Amino acid sequence: MATAVQIVERENYLNSNYGIKSWLLTTDHKRIAVLYLISITAMFWLGGFFAMMIRLELLTPAGDLVSSDTYNKLFTMHGIIMVFFFLIPSVPAVLGNFLVPLMVGAKDLAFPRVNLLSWYLYMAGAITALTAMVTGGVDTGWTFYTPFSTTYSNTHVIGAAIGIFIAGFSSILTGLNFIVTIHRMRAPGMTWRRLPLFCWSNYAAAVIMVLGTPVIAITLLLVALERAFNIGVFNPQLGGDPLLFQHLFWFYSHPAVYIMILPGMGVISEIVCCFSRKRAFGYEFIALASIAIAVLGFLVWAHHMFVAGISVYAALVFSLLSYLVAIPSAVKVFNWTATMYKGSISYNTPMLYAFGFIGLFTVGGLTGIFLSSLGLDVHVHDTYFVIAHFHYVMVGGMVMAYMAGLHFWWPKITGKMYPEAWAKLSALLVFVGFNTTFFPLFILGYMGSPRRYHAYPPEFQVLNVLSTAGASILAVGYVLPMIYFVWSLRYGADAGPNPWNATGLEWMTSSPPPTHNFDETPVVTWEAYDYEHQPQEEITVGH
Amino acid sequence: MAERAEHNEETGSVGHIAPAKLYVAIWAVLMVLTLTTVLVSMVDIGPMNIVVALVIATIKGTLVVLFFMHLRYSPKLTMATVIAAVFWLFLLLSLTMTDYLTRAWSTYPGH
Ligand code: HEM
Ligand SMILES: [Cu+2]
Repeated sequence: MATAVQIVERENYLNSNYGIKSWLLTTDHKRIAVLYLISITAMFWLGGFFAMMIRLELLTPAGDLVSSDTYNKLFTMHGIIMVFFFLIPSVPAVLGNFLVPLMVGAKDLAFPRVNLLSWYLYMAGAITALTAMVTGGVDTGWTFYTPFSTTYSNTHVIGAAIGIFIAGFSSILTGLNFIVTIHRMRAPGMTWRRLPLFCWSNYAAAVIMVLGTPVIAITLLLVALERAFNIGVFNPQLGGDPLLFQHLFWFYSHPAVYIMILPGMGVISEIVCCFSRKRAFGYEFIALASIAIAVLGFLVWAHHMFVAGISVYAALVFSLLSYLVAIPSAVKVFNWTATMYKGSISYNTPMLYAFGFIGLFTVGGLTGIFLSSLGLDVHVHDTYFVIAHFHYVMVGGMVMAYMAGLHFWWPKITGKMYPEAWAKLSALLVFVGFNTTFFPLFILGYMGSPRRYHAYPPEFQVLNVLSTAGASILAVGYVLPMIYFVWSLRYGADAGPNPWNATGLEWMTSSPPPTHNFDETPVVTWEAYDYEHQPQEEITVGH
Repeated sequence: MAERAEHNEETGSVGHIAPAKLYVAIWAVLMVLTLTTVLVSMVDIGPMNIVVALVIATIKGTLVVLFFMHLRYSPKLTMATVIAAVFWLFLLLSLTMTDYLTRAWSTYPGH
């Protein structure tokens, strides 16, 4: 069934005005989302380049491709770029910026200029950090542990730290904007109980951004101050405590892993409901689980410090609390599967990615529980097991969700369809490549191979070769979408307002949406995901 | 006060004009507290020095936020935000202290 073939090109946010200035000075949340999309994509490729260098070095046991110093810099820059400049802004700043106002039925975010400012801060932070990298690099690991980053540092720690400090403000401003928008700008009838789960999870992530980010910003500032002016905060010789750094760092950085996963969970909730044609099973539970994760996520940070010399009694408390985080995470996984139960499922690309997310996030989350147990962590801490754990959640989870979301909302963002067959192929490649890259690392870590070395004993080579081979497949899986997304801008079929026949206000306006989103303010009289009461139409594209 | 907050929520206005006298009074209290901090720092009361200094600083901060920053006349959402921030600071400090206060308890006799 052909929905609304557009004959005259309607005015939309992309064609309303042209020229570089109209983009760089825009306050339209949709254009800012596109600015973010382009910027973080560049960062993703840069971070990916460093990752490939790491994997190539690890192809052979000898440290032959790069020196150990260079290797330290490679994994540090990989981590900093991927965490602070790609993953944290990925879903919130791109999809969230684009969709939150549309989903709540608003014309824009609450503070459009602040939104633009957040992109400039992001760019300023990125350029500062990149300058530090180009002029010599950083070798402390993305975690900046003292005393690597203070007493014994010989690299550009201050530059990188200031870059992250600045980017931190961009994330605070985005979070603030989401909180105020969701509280104050919902369309008439859009009650909290009718709010799409994507908004709930971005709301939860926004709370973490606003409450947590100042702590990392100040902590990095303290490192810079200690280095520049010898003020004793972390250095015992000056009366400081090195473990204090880890406390402060993880007070933000553990919750930050939830900044990196919660918005992804929101994407998955939208997609699972749409492609199962069902309302969300346990809507309230999914929504409140997001809030529970945001709060509990602040109470577990010292599980990164079990072997660092903290009090065993504190470790006990943190171990127990870490187990608790698994509960709301599991609530979500069970609810997604229950939503699919007896649904009429179609296997379009977004759904394939969502399947990948659910499986891989579960593996990542469960191995998190392994790591939270005090005894086991002594064995696997700082081994490849930890690397595998967090890549399962961050890449298997969040990057998958981001890809799922990009495919799902690409028709809305650009008005064009991507080529479904190629997209399915890429989803498959990503899934296979991902597991081939990272599953061997669980085994390597379990056998005791430590992370962050450029050489390793020869008996570990087979698994490492497997991992490098997997990384090449994964890379192809990521390059493909890059190509066909760009291709679709010109050659893609017109998407029409609602190609997936999805519920949600964002689908009720044209694609791409007009600058002011809606011709008239929508009035909501239905719950989210009212698929059962919708005419049972087929999804119109992609068969 | 609740009434006022509601009113604000409706009009979306944040403006509130408090009598100038109030501001002067708060300013005077802040100055007295500052003086107290300075004076207390000159007598040695051991670990209590830091406690007193922090308590006074907290009171001053509260006054500034409540009156100079108009929190007292702000919508509930703003209050909730400030309370959350203070509560989160409490989480940071208290859970960190679970480490610092118990690190010295030894698990094995003789350690
Ligand atoms: C079910 C919830 C989770 C639990 C219980 C958990 C637990 C843990 C534990 C105990 C560690 C420390 C291991 C060690 O260093 O010895 C760890 C490391 C890590 N986790 Fe998780 N985790 C969970 C979910 C996540 C999620 C959702 C993400 C990201 C999206 C994530 C990202 C990380 C990262 C990046 C590290 C390593 C940091 C580093 O040392 O470089 N975790 N996790
Ligand atoms: Cu953690």
